[in-house]
Amino acid sequence: MTRIVTTDGFGPDPLAHLTPVPLDSYGDGGALLLAVDDDLSEVARHFASLELIVVPFASSADGRGFSLAADLRALGYLGHLRARGHVLVDQFRAALRCGFDDVEISAEQAARNPESQWRAIAMTPGYRSAVFGAPSDALPRPHARLAEG
Amino acid sequence: MYSYSDFDSAFVRARTAEFRDQVARRLDGSLTEDEFKPLRLMNGLYLQLHAYMLRVAIPYGTLRGAQMRKLAEIADRWDKGYGHFTTRQNIQFNWPKLCDVPDILDALADVQMHAIQTSGNCIRNVTADHFAGAVADEVEDPRITAELIRQWSTDHPEFAYLPRKFKIAVTGTEQDRAVIRFHDIGLRLRRRDGQIGYQVVIGGGLGRSPMIGKVVRDFLPKPELLPYLEAILRTYNLSGRRDNKYKARIKILVHETGLAALKAKIEQNFATQKRLLPDVSPQLVARIEQGFAPPDFDTRPLVSHRPGPGLRAFIDTNTTPHKRDDHVIVTVSLKPIGGTPGDATSDQMRALADLAQAYGYDELRISHEQNVILPHVHRNDLPAVYAGLRDAGLATANVGLVSDIIACPGMDYCALATARSIPVAQEISRAFAEIDAQHDIGPLKIKISGCINACGHHHVGHIGILGLDKAGVENYQLTLGGDGTQEATIGTRTGPGFAYDQIVPAVTRLIHAYLRLRTAPDETFLQTYRRVGIAPFKTALYEAENAAAA
Repeated sequence: MTRIVTTDGFGPDPLAHLTPVPLDSYGDGGALLLAVDDDLSEVARHFASLELIVVPFASSADGRGFSLAADLRALGYLGHLRARGHVLVDQFRAALRCGFDDVEISAEQAARNPESQWRAIAMTPGYRSAVFGAPSDALPRPHARLAEG
Repeated sequence: MYSYSDFDSAFVRARTAEFRDQVARRLDGSLTEDEFKPLRLMNGLYLQLHAYMLRVAIPYGTLRGAQMRKLAEIADRWDKGYGHFTTRQNIQFNWPKLCDVPDILDALADVQMHAIQTSGNCIRNVTADHFAGAVADEVEDPRITAELIRQWSTDHPEFAYLPRKFKIAVTGTEQDRAVIRFHDIGLRLRRRDGQIGYQVVIGGGLGRSPMIGKVVRDFLPKPELLPYLEAILRTYNLSGRRDNKYKARIKILVHETGLAALKAKIEQNFATQKRLLPDVSPQLVARIEQGFAPPDFDTRPLVSHRPGPGLRAFIDTNTTPHKRDDHVIVTVSLKPIGGTPGDATSDQMRALADLAQAYGYDELRISHEQNVILPHVHRNDLPAVYAGLRDAGLATANVGLVSDIIACPGMDYCALATARSIPVAQEISRAFAEIDAQHDIGPLKIKISGCINACGHHHVGHIGILGLDKAGVENYQLTLGGDGTQEATIGTRTGPGFAYDQIVPAVTRLIHAYLRLRTAPDETFLQTYRRVGIAPFKTALYEAENAAAA
């Protein structure tokens, strides 16, 4: 049983009714399970029907998921974005800043890293707000969907 | 120089608290050793051969006296009374205890310093020309750019878990003292049609596959720098190899993808970044620029003095012209004859801090050549500076000469090393201890690495020495003709390596061969090598051996 983590701690999965599927079998079910080498321009064609994209983290040392999230947001994806797998408590802040809405961790990790550890992560402003004079440290997102139709 | 904003101070304090918490979570089992390792590395803490090693960032190599004094205090209180200045303008403490590290980080924060991103697969401490702000032909002080990159790259949410480490260097002059062609990204400030921008070089590096960086943009307008860096880093983060750590640097991606194809990806990404990324805060830019405004230079008229032979030799060797005629740049050698290249005792650090405060506008630099620089010294103060350095055992007049050797820590400290580096450097410097003989040999860069990772930059040494392990025995390969400047050249291997007790005699033969081959005393080793090629040097190296074998 995996756990969904947000800044509020452990909570229910608001999108539990969706079943993410790989890109090559995606129709219009609303949920995609990305592979790290998927072509994002291909993914962007489905933005209009997508409610959830799950980005896998095979290992906490593999930071591709951060760039994939940032790239999906840059391409105009406005739906729910989830990091699934080996994401450390210490990577939580970065994950949110890159555009993820929540993180899905294993039961084993949830036992080792209880809710209190995730909630203790300070969300104080980082260098991005200082450098760009921006209101938050989130990576930039366009305001409108770019890839509809 | 740049002084921390309230934000910087708060950030560094928060980071120290965070690391304290990470150490606690490692100890209570919340973090596994594998999970903790990248976190510890990103806070500068390595596990070495004998102990932990803490690498402290000295951004673009610039320090104030009070900061140098704090490093001395740390060396005395938590280490063994010395520190080691590195080829990336940092300082390493070789003997800290894990439990003391959070306290050391707090002590650093007291003087606006930290150890953030001095290791790990992230954007490392940014380096710059060690003569920045002091030379005449500068487009702009490169530290303005380096500081902006420091802030942008610190705790960057997207680029902390890259395929491999990522090093950026900046220079403000055409003459390259920052080795930009051998960095993951090298930036050279340029002026074109009255506008300031950068030549952008990517994919340079040393290590086991040395490569010269390639120009990806000949002129990038200054305001476009951060979107362009984000585009390069995102391309690398997504496409760099993660299957083999020796093929994970961006140089391999450039090599395997081809510059044109990779550039197309970067430019496509850049178009998006440029559209989305806000401009850098003008207040921040103004604050950084103000931080690097020139000091209020002393305009005392020059007093003529008659230097003694010691001071004369020191001025000839260890000073460089300053942009002002009444000042000079003083390079303090951390290469005493028979000493460990780059090491300074706490007393020496305090002496340097005193001299910087009394005669150097409170500014010090660390060079990638492991020396310390007083970038602005009034000529009238040279006798006093020399006397102070001499009293501290820091007046060795050998900058740029045969004994001004770069060496990595090697097997004396490093867990990766396959051979000793420091003792080889010490023996070479003893073999050429006589300062007049060193002057006769002239400019010569010897660089020594104790393993294939090339921390001693042997590929770009005029004479490069690489220590390997051959069936349990140290063996040293020689390369000739390397050059880390704007003429970027990777040295050529001479042939079979030499045993530990044969490497110094081999280097001696090379130098004697050069003395015979040069057309005039002012033809340098590198010029002679370029004129005659490797053959006569090979003969000098191997003939004696072959004769003995025959």
